[in-house]
Amino acid sequence: MATITINGQEYPLPDDPRTTLLDFLHQHLKLFGAKKGCDHGQCGACTVVVDNERMNACLLLAFQLEGKSVTTIEGIASEEELHPLQKAFVKCDAFQCGFCTSGQICSGVSMMNELQENNPSTVWFEPNYSEQEDIKERMSGNLCRCGAYANIIDAVNIVRQDKEVS
Amino acid sequence: MRPFSVNSLTDGKQLADIGTFESSRFLAGGTNLVDLMKHQIETPQHIIDLSRWDSANNIDETDDYYQIGAMVSNTDLANFAYQRKDLSVLSQALLSGATVQLRNRATTGGNLLQRTRCYYFYDTNQPCNKREPGSGCAALDGFNRIHAVLGTSEHCIASHPSDMAVAMTALDAQVKTINTKGDTRSIPVRELYQLPGDTPHIETVLAEDELIVAVKIPKKKRGTQTYRKVRDRSSYAFALVSVACDLTLKDGVIADISLAFGGVGTQPWHAASAEDFMRNKTASSSLYEQAVDLELNPARGAGGNDFKIPLIKRTAAFVIQQAVEHQMANPGHQGAIHAR
Ligand SMILES: Cc1cc2nc3c(=O)[nH]c(=O)nc-3n(C[C@H](O)[C@H](O)[C@H](O)COP(=O)(O)OP(=O)(O)OC[C@H]3O[C@@H](n4cnc5c(N)ncnc54)[C@H](O)[C@@H]3O)c2cc1C
Ligand code: SF4
Ligand code: FES
Ligand code: FES
Repeated sequence: MATITINGQEYPLPDDPRTTLLDFLHQHLKLFGAKKGCDHGQCGACTVVVDNERMNACLLLAFQLEGKSVTTIEGIASEEELHPLQKAFVKCDAFQCGFCTSGQICSGVSMMNELQENNPSTVWFEPNYSEQEDIKERMSGNLCRCGAYANIIDAVNIVRQDKEVS
Repeated sequence: MRPFSVNSLTDGKQLADIGTFESSRFLAGGTNLVDLMKHQIETPQHIIDLSRWDSANNIDETDDYYQIGAMVSNTDLANFAYQRKDLSVLSQALLSGATVQLRNRATTGGNLLQRTRCYYFYDTNQPCNKREPGSGCAALDGFNRIHAVLGTSEHCIASHPSDMAVAMTALDAQVKTINTKGDTRSIPVRELYQLPGDTPHIETVLAEDELIVAVKIPKKKRGTQTYRKVRDRSSYAFALVSVACDLTLKDGVIADISLAFGGVGTQPWHAASAEDFMRNKTASSSLYEQAVDLELNPARGAGGNDFKIPLIKRTAAFVIQQAVEHQMANPGHQGAIHAR
């Protein structure tokens, strides 16, 4: 049977090939953390991590993900405590309505890995490179209708600089 | 989304077993096709799924060329190209496009064949010759700020949205294909696209059953490379205009130049007349301006996009000037002007 792993647990793939990963999460698994903002790849609210890479769940047809391992916001924390980026979001007041937040956090967690792997960004070609511009560019796939951007960047910075979040 | 059946390819050669191809579409990353299927702009009855085609995920390198598998993601290709000075313009173009989430999913083949972002193409209540041949073109008298000024026709003025394809055009890449009969061929990217004419729904020279297997980029000594993208905001937006340039200067003379434009053409625009005009001439600002003017001679605005003509001219002249100055200060330079 064709299966997909979500937050460590294996599930059979949906029968209808039209089902997007996002609809599968919502309608079949009742995992509502990833949000549907636009359903067209434009807002990032549906961001999840597929085999260590962040993607827009609304544009992924689930049948194409056989054997893949997906982490959603529900799987970001450990059993015992919040992920450091989740704590940083609380500390920095990095959300208002919270609709974009699960996507922001999944995106931010992946971004840390990408930075560690030294993946380039378009800002690397700028004459006046700045780390802050680099972070903004890397997070630009996640829109925030409430405009919490400044605090989101603060939260990301705390974790990136490995500061202890209490 | 309309219902469809699915076949998964695990090898390009398997295509022959699929037989009839009517109303089928190849599905790679799906970042464009799934979106269009949701809007019912594309309504394939059958999907040929490429997600299990593992051998198309490789980048091979010989002394003469790079060969990029059709399913290599935009992220993997950008990272690879970042490490190669002769592919810098490709890395710059890829990284300027979309977002990390999308680039992680988007593929090399899919990127080349992504469809226009014309608003009326997306709005199924509007006439659009590309979506529905013969229905008219709502953009001609509508909002046409993002539309093309080169290669247009009275039937369609949609611009080609890809950044990567503009860099591939500058690098003179070749597209390798296979069809359901097993025939293979190689097509220069510069000849892949078709002007809209009176058939804007036909966008490339590829046959319906023709699968892109890989993209081949010739290896050679190149010069200073720039991809300059001008857009409404500095991230996560399609180009209003863009310029890909690879320039080598010898003793003040433009020894070699590749120049391509994005955002202004109905296809990634190879600025061949401008290149020919500049090649083997002494570099000067009046030379670049005359060259770009020559290229833009046939350019026509439709009102909202008139600004693109002076904008592409200034952007191209700036990019060339900058590359010339960099070559003067660093003879034999290859790659980006700034890179970390
Ligand atoms: C919000 C948003 C912003 C974006 N911004 C940019 C941007 O700034 N710059 C930019 O360049 N792009 C941008 N894109 C477009 C993105 O780059 C493309 O959607 C992507 O590259 C398509 O690749 P894919 O693998 O997902 O293609 P798919 O969606 O799977 O396919 C696209 C087309 O190619 C065909 N196809 C795919 N693979 C093959 C093959 N091997 N052989 C034959 N046919 C094939 C399909 O049949 C389909 O017609 C953006 C997209 C979105 C949603
Ligand atoms: S410009 Fe082309 S794609 Fe846009 S409405 Fe006109 S015919 Fe359709
Ligand atoms: S819901 Fe997927 S990007 Fe907006
Ligand atoms: S917190 Fe409301 S959309 Fe971001």
